[in-house]
Amino acid sequence: MTNASVLEMNLAGGHLSAPAATQEARETILSVSGLWKVFGASEKEFNQANGTQLSDEEFAAHGWTAAVKDATFDVKQGEIFVIMGLSGSGKSTLIRSLTRLNTPTAGLLEIDGQDITHATPDKLLELRRKSLGMVFQNFALLPNRTVESNISFPLEIQGISKEDYSARAQELVDLVGLRGREDHYPAELSGGQQQRVGIARSLATNPKIWVLDEPFSALDPLIRNDLQDEVLRLQATLHKTVIFITHDLDEAMKIADRIAIMENGRIVQIGRPEELISAPADDYVKRFVSKVPLAKVTRVKHIMSSASTQDLPGPSVSANDTIAEIGPLIIDAGTDIPVTEDGKIVGVLAKERAIRVLAGARD
Amino acid sequence: MIKAMRFAMHTPWLVFVLLVLVLFAISSNSVSLFGTNLRSIPEFMILPLSDWAGNALNWFAREASIGSLTVQTITRNFAELVNWPITALNMLLADGIVTGAGFNKHQLMPPLSWLGLSSALVLYSYFLGGRRLAWLSAIGTAYLVFFGLWQHAMTTLASVIMCVIVAAGLGLFIGIASYRAEKVEIASRVVMNVMQTVPIFSYLVPTLLLFGYGPSAALLATVLYALPPMVHATVLALKSVPTEIREYGEIAGSTKRQLLWKVELPAALPMLTVGLNQVVMMSLNMVIIASMIGAGGLGYDVLRALRRLDIGGGLEAGMGIVVLAVILDRITQAAARRQSAGLNHEVRSPRPWLYLLIIFGATGASFLLPALQFWPEKMMLSTAPFWNESISFINQHFFDQMEALRNFSLLHIMNPFRDFLVELPFVLVLLTLGGIAYVLSGIRLAAIVMGMTAFIAVSGFWEAAMISVYLTACSVVIAVLIGFPFGVYIASSPRLLKPASLLLDTLQTLPTFIYLLPAVMLFRNGDFSALIAIACYAIAPAIRYTIHGLRSVPESRIEAAIMAGCTPTQVFRHVKIPSAYPTLLLGLNQTIMMALSMLVIAALVGTRDLGQEVYIALTRAETGNGIIAGLGIAAIALISDSLLKAWAAKKQHQLGVKP
Ligand SMILES: Nc1ncnc2c1ncn2[C@@H]1O[C@H](COP(=O)(O)OP(=O)(O)O)[C@@H](O)[C@H]1O
Ligand SMILES: [Mg+2]
Repeated sequence: MTNASVLEMNLAGGHLSAPAATQEARETILSVSGLWKVFGASEKEFNQANGTQLSDEEFAAHGWTAAVKDATFDVKQGEIFVIMGLSGSGKSTLIRSLTRLNTPTAGLLEIDGQDITHATPDKLLELRRKSLGMVFQNFALLPNRTVESNISFPLEIQGISKEDYSARAQELVDLVGLRGREDHYPAELSGGQQQRVGIARSLATNPKIWVLDEPFSALDPLIRNDLQDEVLRLQATLHKTVIFITHDLDEAMKIADRIAIMENGRIVQIGRPEELISAPADDYVKRFVSKVPLAKVTRVKHIMSSASTQDLPGPSVSANDTIAEIGPLIIDAGTDIPVTEDGKIVGVLAKERAIRVLAGARD
Repeated sequence: MIKAMRFAMHTPWLVFVLLVLVLFAISSNSVSLFGTNLRSIPEFMILPLSDWAGNALNWFAREASIGSLTVQTITRNFAELVNWPITALNMLLADGIVTGAGFNKHQLMPPLSWLGLSSALVLYSYFLGGRRLAWLSAIGTAYLVFFGLWQHAMTTLASVIMCVIVAAGLGLFIGIASYRAEKVEIASRVVMNVMQTVPIFSYLVPTLLLFGYGPSAALLATVLYALPPMVHATVLALKSVPTEIREYGEIAGSTKRQLLWKVELPAALPMLTVGLNQVVMMSLNMVIIASMIGAGGLGYDVLRALRRLDIGGGLEAGMGIVVLAVILDRITQAAARRQSAGLNHEVRSPRPWLYLLIIFGATGASFLLPALQFWPEKMMLSTAPFWNESISFINQHFFDQMEALRNFSLLHIMNPFRDFLVELPFVLVLLTLGGIAYVLSGIRLAAIVMGMTAFIAVSGFWEAAMISVYLTACSVVIAVLIGFPFGVYIASSPRLLKPASLLLDTLQTLPTFIYLLPAVMLFRNGDFSALIAIACYAIAPAIRYTIHGLRSVPESRIEAAIMAGCTPTQVFRHVKIPSAYPTLLLGLNQTIMMALSMLVIAALVGTRDLGQEVYIALTRAETGNGIIAGLGIAAIALISDSLLKAWAAKKQHQLGVKP
């Protein structure tokens, strides 16, 4: 079976798994349309030069750098949206436009249906204090403050009483597992611990949108893995809307609901992990994802067929498992495998099809 | 073929040398042009710049008025006002509260006890820098107490504290404004750059006119002098706060003010502390010099000793200044190091009340035990006799040799060189400098350099300026002749690196005044003493840059040369020196700058250069002369600075290295 047919099957089968269904129903919290960020150019200059039509050479001729070109996407409530691309592809610039750390050159940006491209400074302050939390690649902890005081900083500057913010800081210290180090200074912590502080701090105000800009790139692989799990764990309990930036494909695949791939300022494809692999939009994406084993991103629900009433023998698998996770089980299974969700049988996984995925068969 | 190419490469220089020779021939044959001799500057070209500047300032001070008050009235009243906190601090630290004078002097309140202050200092040193710093503070303060220098040291310290508070506060303010608005930054940078090249004394002249003789004029001059490094450090420190930290501050929802005070400034603190160290050291230097316009304290002791040729007393007070300088420097440095090493939750500074308890406890006890107020004179030690003995010993036994050295240098090297410079035709100097600038950089630099040379000429200080050049050149030659080999030696023996840099640091923290003492003691007043003092002061950068230049030659390049079969001498000549060339040039530049900044101080031992003009202007309150002569020194500094920097840049470009 080809990749295309895997996808087709999935769609043709008319089977939308339960989580996907709720995702459709969720409301859009962040909406970006036609967003440009061109360094060196003002909005007026950009419009006068008919900027949306310019080529890279023409930008360079003006002495401008087009870091984000015509970005358009929506992020849904509770979704983990990953922006991925090589270094210099414009990820940070895009995210800094979303948080209005820079001012977009053109385009529209809405959070909760409110236009924030043209928000007043007061509005922006309000937005940052209530709705946004951000984690930085190099931690960006305040060096003169202890762990606890770093965590409570966003509350402190809002004029919240010391009792309240201390209590909240204690909660967060526990949440990220830093109990016992509240009075340490950043210079005394390891990188992983510092980023835990960064995470706790970004959640202090209980923001709706949680932005992470390459949060684990400066950490070594084992710690990175721990913290990825930590993010997934927090997301499972707190249900934030997460915008996560990374240049690491494995990381993206591991935590993303959807991934946007950026190349040279442009978003070249947006899709679920397995979509990127099975139907890459262009050669760039294809080369990018070619190393990822299909089995690692293909979940049971993507290739199962509709539930039959007949009772199948042997152990069952869950719809959300990846094929890689259940590899041994597939090999051992004598026949097709029942798929369950919440204890009920929702479908059947054909053994042969699963093995083809395991073997990494694509075009 | 190759020869032709070589020749072509050197063409500009050849043309240039030819031109100079022709000019020299013309001017020395007293060919006249427009009825004037090219050798000297025609009368009509000399403008009464000093009068203009003097009149303008006098007018500004005496006639210009805001409302019904003249500027001088306002400034003098301001000086009165500023005097208050200085006096208060002085009472607290040095004198206590006293009524009456002479025999009727009656003390109402003692000053803070030396025991309390020094114990608190030792405790703080221990917290900042451990046992070593604590010992340094203990020995240093003990020296001040037992040699009877404590009271004057506290007067000096009181001035330094006041100056640092004002300069740091003002510098922080201007620095923040510059950081926030680019236009302010450009303006302040231009002003600060000029302020840093104008010699120290020139600050004293206008402040004296506006604020009168006394501690507050000294304070204001000092603040002006110490301001540029604080502004510079503030801008630099704020700019070097990582972007992410600033962005975090914004994302967390800080207002502009919160961002500055709660995020940026705390994050910039380590670098700000480094700036503070500079401000403290510069303030001390200036406070010592400002004793000439009534700042009192240890500087005044040295000055008085210099005037009376009381070598022993001068050295003793001078050592007091050294002690003060070293303690202040090491403590502020330790504070900066502590900041940048990152805070640690286990190290807590002792509580403020502990310090207060120690200080006031000892002061309370001093009511019962007066020796805790002022160390009794009977029990004071003095090294003055020892120093006097040693000097007279040296003079008795080595007088002939030293005198021979002095006379030989003066008669056969220095004086002829001076006469040669003074008699150089003005036009020749102008065109030579312009030509060099043109070859090194281009028409722009040539215009700037020639403009400044012309300024010196029309100011009427040409001869004094040439004498300044002669003094500077001689001193720099000595500094380089000693400093360069020394630097080479240290660079090649890693073991010496640390002690040498400690020594150099210490040399550079000493107030400029100090350098005069040994020179005068051994060689009496005159150019030779000035030469020695200036050379001693300027030697530190010569050594430092030599070490730095040689040590930063890439290891791989040296290894490649060794593998190619170079002997150590060849490696030195063909690899190390060429690589280090730009750095060495910058070191030369720095040496010249230091020498120039020392010129006015050296005027105290009787020179005849621009420095002396400034000094005389200061003693006679001739504002115009003081300012123009000061600007003359600044012009010389700027000319040599821009030429050497252009040369270094050219070399760097040829070598393809970044500065
Ligand atoms: N402040 C700026 N001024 C000019 N160019 C910038 C600025 N910030 C980023 N860029 C340029 O924009 C491009 C995208 O940078 P960035 O968004 O940081 O990439 P990424 O985060 O994907 O590594 C780069 O070419 C970078 O040089
Ligand atoms: Mg980035």
